[in-house]
Amino acid sequence: MNVTVNGQPRDVATGTTLQVLVSGETGGGRGGAAALDGDVVPRSQWPDTALRDGSVVEIVTAVQGG
Amino acid sequence: MTALDEPVDAPTGPADPFVVAGVPLASRLLLGTGGAASMAVVEETIASSGTALCTVSMRRHGVAAQGSLLDVLDRHGVRILPNTAGCRTAREAMLTAELAREALETNWVKLEVVADEFTLLPDPIELLDAAEQLVARGFVVLPYTNDDPILARRLQQAGCAAVMPLGAPIGTGLGLTNPHNIELIVSEATVPVILDAGIGTASDAALAMELGCDAVLLASAVTRAQDPALMAAAMRHAVLAGRAARRAGRIPKRRHAQASSPVQGMAVL
Repeated sequence: MNVTVNGQPRDVATGTTLQVLVSGETGGGRGGAAALDGDVVPRSQWPDTALRDGSVVEIVTAVQGG
Repeated sequence: MTALDEPVDAPTGPADPFVVAGVPLASRLLLGTGGAASMAVVEETIASSGTALCTVSMRRHGVAAQGSLLDVLDRHGVRILPNTAGCRTAREAMLTAELAREALETNWVKLEVVADEFTLLPDPIELLDAAEQLVARGFVVLPYTNDDPILARRLQQAGCAAVMPLGAPIGTGLGLTNPHNIELIVSEATVPVILDAGIGTASDAALAMELGCDAVLLASAVTRAQDPALMAAAMRHAVLAGRAARRAGRIPKRRHAQASSPVQGMAVL
């Protein structure tokens, strides 16, 4: 199925969870957070949050900033 | 080593603690990490500034190689204050704050809601709206605000843990363009006042402290200086000097001279 990750189209297996997606993108390290379809999803809920076709995911991390 | 690397007195201590939301901070100089040319510059400016709190931004993963930023901050034992830089609406700022809370496990947020890219001035309507909602959701809100005493008052009433008026627009280095308003904000503040943005050089930071601000938050003035580490040390000393001068109580300004040498007992020559 097709999802959008940080503005880019991505083809992922049906039933892919947010946990699997974020881990694949970031290595699952500390300092990351994710929003699914405009809502922030707590890290504890990532394993139980399945993506759907058309899901829009934002994955952010801390960067230098004033 | 430079003269500015010499040890300085503890910036805050039992006699003059700096406390935000019940948390004592060991320095009245808060440092933004934005604008530094490399992670090495971030690290050396943190060290020479003596700061106890640094700001970070939240951005899409992979935009920049930032893997070691949190490691650097941890290594120096500084508290992390995520900001909502770039947000234009209360809604964006709320989501960014929630992402930061998840990512960094802190409920503190430097709330920035700016109106446009040209001025980077806070949008007061969106700012107050976001502040009220974030406080209601349990955040410790430190809003970057205009140098408007009434808006600062409203932000305090909304439950913000500090108010952070600008000295001048972000990145301009123009210093304190309206010191009278900063004094007004200080005079009625019930939470810490942190001068945020506009600082260009050490005398600007000292002036902010002399006017009664509790702390100074700056980034560009250090990270974009020709020698960032040396400017960080200068800012550290300026904040200490300004705070000491504020506590010491300056002499009133006079229109005419007043001799400091005795006027009695002059020899007749």
